Amino acid sequence: MSGRVQLSRRRFLQVLAGTAGALVVGIGHADAEVPIPPAMLGDDFGQLGAYVRIDREGNVLIGARDPDTGTGTATSLPRIIAEELDADWTRVTVMPLGLGVEAKDGKPVWIYGHQRSGTGDSIPAAWADLRQAGALARWLITQAAARRLGFAADRLRCESGVVVTPDGRRFPYGSLVEAASKIDPPAAPLPLKPPQRYTLIGHPAGDVDARHIVTGRTRYAIDTHYADALVAVLAQCPWPDGSLASIETAPALAIKGVVKVMPINPEADVPPGQTAIAPAVAVLAENTWAALRGLAELKLEWKPGAHSADEDSAKLEARAIALLDTDSAPTTRVRDEGDLAAAGRKAARRVEATYVQPWLAHATPEPMNCLVRLDKDQASLVVPTQAPQQAWAVVQRLTGLAADRIAIEVPRVGGGYGRRLDHDYVAEAVMLAKAVDKPVRLMWTREQGLAHDYYRSGTVHKIKAIIGRKRQVIAWDQRLASASALSGRGTAADRLWTSEISAEQLPAGLVPNYRSDWYSLASAMPRGPFRGEPHVTNAFAVESFIDEIAHTLREDPLVTRLRLLGEARQIPLGGRRMLDVGRLLNVLKLVTDRVEWKNWLHNVNGMGVACWHIDGAYVAHAIEAAVHGEKLEIVRVVCAVDVGRVINPLGLQGQVAGATLDALSNALNPAITYKNGQVRQQSLQDYPLASMAQLPNDVEVITVPNDRAPTGASFLAMPTAAPALANAVFRASAVRVRRLPLMKELLRLL
Amino acid sequence: MPQAQAQGLPAATTGDITPEPVREGIDLIVNGERFKHTGDPLMPLLWYLRDVLRLTGTKVGDAQGKDGYDLVLVNGKAVPAITWPMAKLVDARVTTVEGLARADGGLHPLQQAFIDEDAIGCGYCTAGWLIAGIDLLTRKPKASDEDIDKLPNRCRCGCQTRVRRAIKRAAGAQA
Ligand code: FES
Repeated sequence: MSGRVQLSRRRFLQVLAGTAGALVVGIGHADAEVPIPPAMLGDDFGQLGAYVRIDREGNVLIGARDPDTGTGTATSLPRIIAEELDADWTRVTVMPLGLGVEAKDGKPVWIYGHQRSGTGDSIPAAWADLRQAGALARWLITQAAARRLGFAADRLRCESGVVVTPDGRRFPYGSLVEAASKIDPPAAPLPLKPPQRYTLIGHPAGDVDARHIVTGRTRYAIDTHYADALVAVLAQCPWPDGSLASIETAPALAIKGVVKVMPINPEADVPPGQTAIAPAVAVLAENTWAALRGLAELKLEWKPGAHSADEDSAKLEARAIALLDTDSAPTTRVRDEGDLAAAGRKAARRVEATYVQPWLAHATPEPMNCLVRLDKDQASLVVPTQAPQQAWAVVQRLTGLAADRIAIEVPRVGGGYGRRLDHDYVAEAVMLAKAVDKPVRLMWTREQGLAHDYYRSGTVHKIKAIIGRKRQVIAWDQRLASASALSGRGTAADRLWTSEISAEQLPAGLVPNYRSDWYSLASAMPRGPFRGEPHVTNAFAVESFIDEIAHTLREDPLVTRLRLLGEARQIPLGGRRMLDVGRLLNVLKLVTDRVEWKNWLHNVNGMGVACWHIDGAYVAHAIEAAVHGEKLEIVRVVCAVDVGRVINPLGLQGQVAGATLDALSNALNPAITYKNGQVRQQSLQDYPLASMAQLPNDVEVITVPNDRAPTGASFLAMPTAAPALANAVFRASAVRVRRLPLMKELLRLL
Repeated sequence: MPQAQAQGLPAATTGDITPEPVREGIDLIVNGERFKHTGDPLMPLLWYLRDVLRLTGTKVGDAQGKDGYDLVLVNGKAVPAITWPMAKLVDARVTTVEGLARADGGLHPLQQAFIDEDAIGCGYCTAGWLIAGIDLLTRKPKASDEDIDKLPNRCRCGCQTRVRRAIKRAAGAQA
C-alpha cells in the first residue's frame, strides 16, 4: 500500500499506511533504499521521520527538517505544508526532524533534502518542495472522500481539516485517512493552491514551541542526558596551535565523582570547524558539579604554538590601515566597472573615509555542548547544530561508522548566528566518547565560547568617492581589508573574498565607475561564518559613507541617496542577480514617511537612515537618537522590509525586530581583542551585549506585501541598523563614528 | 525518593531491618515539593536543579550569573542559581520556571503575555526573563519602563522590545 510521486529526477514523495490507519506522506530520494524506515510509521511520535502524519482522530503531526535556532523554521516550515493540506492548525503538532540520512554505496543520502538553518535559504528551499507534501496528502484524502461518497473529486473542497461536499456535508480528515493511505498517488506533482485561497500563509502564527518554552519544558541539547553519561568539561589551551607543557591530574582525580582526566587535540590537516578548536584537557565526571570542581583543581600549563603567539588585534588593524593607504595590488578585484582614472578628471569634489570594525564573537546563549553515545556499530547524538549534515560528516570521519548508523537529533537550538555551522564541539565529544566506554555529555562554559570561537574578523574599509558637477557620485573606489572566514576551509584562494564582501552590494550598478577591492589579512585567529556577514560590516561602511557625502555636499542625506538610486528600474548585477531599484526606493520611502523625515533635519535629536539589499530582499532603517551628555538614547526605530511573500507575518516581525536589536547590540559595546594570541575577553562582562536600558523601547516593523517567491529574512534587518544609528548620532551630536564599538568611540570623540 | 536514586544511593532492600539512619542533609522546597539534598553542600543550586532534580528549564548562563539565564526565585526573590550554594538554601522555597504555572496548567499572566507578545527568539533566555519579570511585578505591580530598564537579562536574539511589551501587558492584567 504505498506509492510515490516524482518531484524531480531524484526526489519523490512517498505515501504509506501507518499503524492504526494513519496516512503518512514522506519525502524520499531516489538513491535511498528505504525512504521512510518502517519504525517511523508507528504510533510513537518520537520516532516519526516523515513530513506529514494524520491519524484517525484527525491529529496532524508535521516534521520540521531545518533546525530552529530562533529563526522560526519550526513554525514556518510546517505551516507551508499545512497550508497545502488545508489542515486545522489547532490540531497540528510539530516535531523537529533529526538528521535524515540513508546509506547508498557507502555514501550518505540526505532523504529530507535541505537541513540547515540561519543561512537564509530554509524558506526558499521549503517553498520549492515542501508544498507538494501537503498537496499530496490533501489530494489523497479528497480522493478517498470522492470514492466513498460518489462525488467527483473536483466537486469537493477542503477547509481546516474537513472535506466539504457540494450539499454541505462535512467529513473530518481523520475519518478518511485509512482509505486515503490505500489510494495510488498521481504520477506527476499536483497543482498547488492559488495564493488567494491561503488561510495560513500570510497570516500570523505564534511560535509552535511557545507554551513549552514559557513553562520550561522545551529540552535543548544541553538539557538532554543519558543516565549513564559522563559530564565532560574542558580546560582549553589559549592558543589554537599551542600544546600542553605540564599537567598534574591527581588533585582533580581526588575529587569525588571525577572519573577521568584526558587531553584531546585538534587533528592535523583537518579544516577548522571539523575537529577540536584548540588543545584541551577534559575532566569527565559523574555530574556537572564534580566535573567543574575537578577542572578547578587541574594544575596545567600551556605553551604557545608557532603561529598564533604573535597575534595582536591592534597590530593587525594598524597593518590593515597601512595596507589600504598604499597602492599595493589587492588580493582580489571584486568588481571593476567604468574608468576611475577618467572619472577623476571630471571631479568637482572628492570624499574619503576609513571605517574600522572590531573582531566579534558569536556569544551564543546556549553554550557549545554535545551528547554522544557510541555503541559498537551505532552512534547516537543530540547536537545543537544549524547543519546536521555537516555534524554527521564529523562523526562519520571520527567513528568510521556506516552512513545510516549515525543518528543525530536536533532539538530546538539556543541561538546559532553562524557558530553552529561549525562542529568542533561535536568532534571533541566524539573523541572523548571513544576513549571511555560510556556516553559523554560535553559542555563548554559560556566564557569559553568567548575565548575560543570562530570569530568574525575585524575589518578596515577605505572608501573614496568622486562627485561630479551636478552633485552626482561619478566614481566609487572601495577597499576592504579583512581575514577571510573561509581561509583553511578548502576554498580556492581566488574565492576567499566571498565571505568578506558581496560583489553586488550597494552601490554596485548605480555608479558608472565602480571598483571594489579586497585585501587579505593573514591571521592565525580562528574565523568562521557570522550572522548577517558580509553584509553587516560592509553596510556600516557604505551607508555611513553616503551620509558623509551628503555632509560634504551640505545636503539632506535622503536627497543624496535618492539621487544615487535614481529612477525605479531593474539593474542587472551579473549572473542572475538583479537590483530592483523600485523596491529599494519603496522601503526607503516607507521608513522616511513613517518618521516624517523632513521634520527631522533641524531637530536636537538626530534621525538617521540606511538601506540595503541581500539576494533580492530589501531593507531600510530610520533611527532616532539623542545624545545627552555621555548618554546615548535610541529613541525610535522603524524598519521596512520587502522579502517577497511573507509566510508568517508575526514571525517576520519578530525576526526583523530581533535582527535589528542584535545588530545594535553588536555595534554598541562588544569587541574581541587579543594580544600574544590570547583573547582578552574572558568573561561576559568584558563582552557586553546591550542591556535593556541601552536598546530602544520599540522597533516598528513595516512589511511590504507582495507575491514574489519568499526569501529568507532571519538576518535581513541586520546590515542597516548600525549605520542608521551612526548617521543619527552624527546629526544629534556632530560626531561621526567611523570606528566600532560605537559607544567607546562616541565617548572618545565627544 | 527521586533524589536518592539520582545520587546513585542504593535503594533499601526488603528484609533489611536496620533502621535507616537519620540522614543529614539540606531540606528545601522546590516548586512546592519537598526535597532533601545530601550531597556536597557547596554544590550550586543550578546543578542541583539540572543534574539532580532534572529540572532543566533553568538554563546554564555565565559563571557569575550576570546574564540572567539561570534566575530562580528563592523565597520569592530572583537570584542567579549558579551563585547560591545548597548550604544557603536550608528550608528555602525555590521556584523555577517549571513551577510558575498553576497546578491545573493555567499559566502565570506573564507566561501568557510572553506567548501573546511573541516575546521568544531561540527561547534560551526566556526562563530568566520570566523569573526577573515576576520578581519585578511582585515588587512593583505597575512596573514602569525605567523599572524594566533595570532588568539584568541579556538576549542575543533581540527579544527585548517584545519582552518589554509582555511585562507591561502582564502589569496591566494584574492592575
Ligand atoms: S531568545 Fe535567544 S537569547 Fe533571548
